Amino acid sequence: MVTASEMVRTDSVHGALYSDEAIFQAELEKIWYRTWVYVGHVSEVPKPNDFVMKVLGPQQVLMTRDRNGEINLLLNRCAHRGNQLCMEQKGNRSSFTCPYHGWTFSNTGQLRGFPFASGYDGADRSKLGLGHVPRVAQYRGFVFGSFAAEGPSLEEHLGAARDALDRLCETSPSGEVEITAGFLQHRAKSNWKFLVENETDGYHPQFVHASIFSVAKSGIGELYGPQSTAVARDLGDGHTENDLRPEFRRIGKPMNWFGTNAERLPEYVASMKAAYGEERATQIMIDGTPHVMIFPNLFIAEIQIFVIQPLAANETVQHVTALQFKDAPDLNRRLRQQTMGSVGPAGFLLADDAEMYERTQRGVTGASKPEWNYLGRGLHRERRDENGFLVGDATDEVTSRGIWRHYRSLMEAG
Amino acid sequence: MIEAQDLLLFKEIEQFVYREARLQDSHEYDAWEALWTDDGMYWIPANGDDIDPESQMSIIYDNRSRIALRIKQFHTGKRHTQTPRSRLCRVLSNVELLESTGNEYRVTANSMIFESNARGDTIWGARTEYLLRRESDALKMAKKKVMLSNNDKPLYTLSFLV
Repeated sequence: MVTASEMVRTDSVHGALYSDEAIFQAELEKIWYRTWVYVGHVSEVPKPNDFVMKVLGPQQVLMTRDRNGEINLLLNRCAHRGNQLCMEQKGNRSSFTCPYHGWTFSNTGQLRGFPFASGYDGADRSKLGLGHVPRVAQYRGFVFGSFAAEGPSLEEHLGAARDALDRLCETSPSGEVEITAGFLQHRAKSNWKFLVENETDGYHPQFVHASIFSVAKSGIGELYGPQSTAVARDLGDGHTENDLRPEFRRIGKPMNWFGTNAERLPEYVASMKAAYGEERATQIMIDGTPHVMIFPNLFIAEIQIFVIQPLAANETVQHVTALQFKDAPDLNRRLRQQTMGSVGPAGFLLADDAEMYERTQRGVTGASKPEWNYLGRGLHRERRDENGFLVGDATDEVTSRGIWRHYRSLMEAG
Repeated sequence: MIEAQDLLLFKEIEQFVYREARLQDSHEYDAWEALWTDDGMYWIPANGDDIDPESQMSIIYDNRSRIALRIKQFHTGKRHTQTPRSRLCRVLSNVELLESTGNEYRVTANSMIFESNARGDTIWGARTEYLLRRESDALKMAKKKVMLSNNDKPLYTLSFLV
């Protein structure tokens, strides 16, 4: 039998990687239940005892902020019989009581008590707490979890993607972003890796999104054209980005990255200049926010974040919401409006992306020869940038190749 | 006691929402767009029916110009998710006139929509609230709020007019 790692070649990948249920199960063990996976943002649980229902891979997890302010990731499953513990999407409570037999757990996961306790004489309560994600860490407010008790730190995992998160936060006058607008949940009959690859595929926008670019008179298409000076970059560790800054700097207009101009956002521009000074603020507002895919599941797409959730080899949910910048109400309204128009099940952009996710899935399912997908675009012009990262032209598949290189290393690990 | 003119009004409203449903099923985009007032608002909330659309994400929250953009996108012929178009058959029922004030009518109805496309067959269910307004003797749609029964769950692409 061919192993998953043999199915990844330098310039092509085997279709079974997207469709084989056994490979999907191996991915759960070697990727989703091992590496750092994005779960939520601290602004979703701002106060002590706040909680919100999130996902980590196919599983539901409760992200809680305990009374000490620490973030916990608890499996939403009673330690007694596995009953779904909490049915609320969010709220504020210090404990959770299972409706089945009344077991009660604190929001740090400890068993607080069970009814008719004499029936449990001799039981070790400390071993009967909720399952939890053993490692929880955050970077700039973004909370990640790892099911592996040991392994690289979050900062090591993020590697060069940390810079992208820094750049994102810097676009906020307060230096902070918030996730407060609720998520759209968009489901697709497709493998999660088609979504990951598509996020930083600079080759597709001009074709998949031609309809909306033409009627909305959007300049986004040109950013991903053959003449674009933007670059596709492999940041290493599976993280990839489409760096549009070369184009934005060439054009040199603040807020052009957001399809608008400084005059239309006077409050935001003023608070940016107050926070960073005229020169730095202008540069930040020219550069814009990143377009970065943080492996395996967090995609920051300029104005919104997507969280990818695998359910089966051929079933994936994309959770998406508008980024909100703390203390920038005029910008936040536009961020929400543009996000609602672009993404989710009815989005001008994402409904067409999802169509391609599903069509490619059908294409690779049960495929006979040729069963390989070709990812060789721009191999001949791949180069190292000044920081040593592999880059290609805006439409090159250097990003997909980077994702698969990392994927292979994870799947080969013992 | 119900007056004859009330019945006529109700029949007119019922015919209006049926016509709107038919134009959606048959992808008659321009005729559908012509049903809207100039201040029309097309809203499909997510994660519940009573969220604040000015602070929370909705599946669709289109003002009149965005409704027009949505229609223009269909007309490009490159709206891939609707190329080929979904085959649609919807049943509209429980049409009820909730309130009339001046030239405006608040109406509710339920719809069950069967969609068939390349992905497969999907059934959608929704309660819909309309705000209809009489303009130059014809009824027009000033607001349409579609409350999908499963709007709190992950949804497949919803790219036809619902």
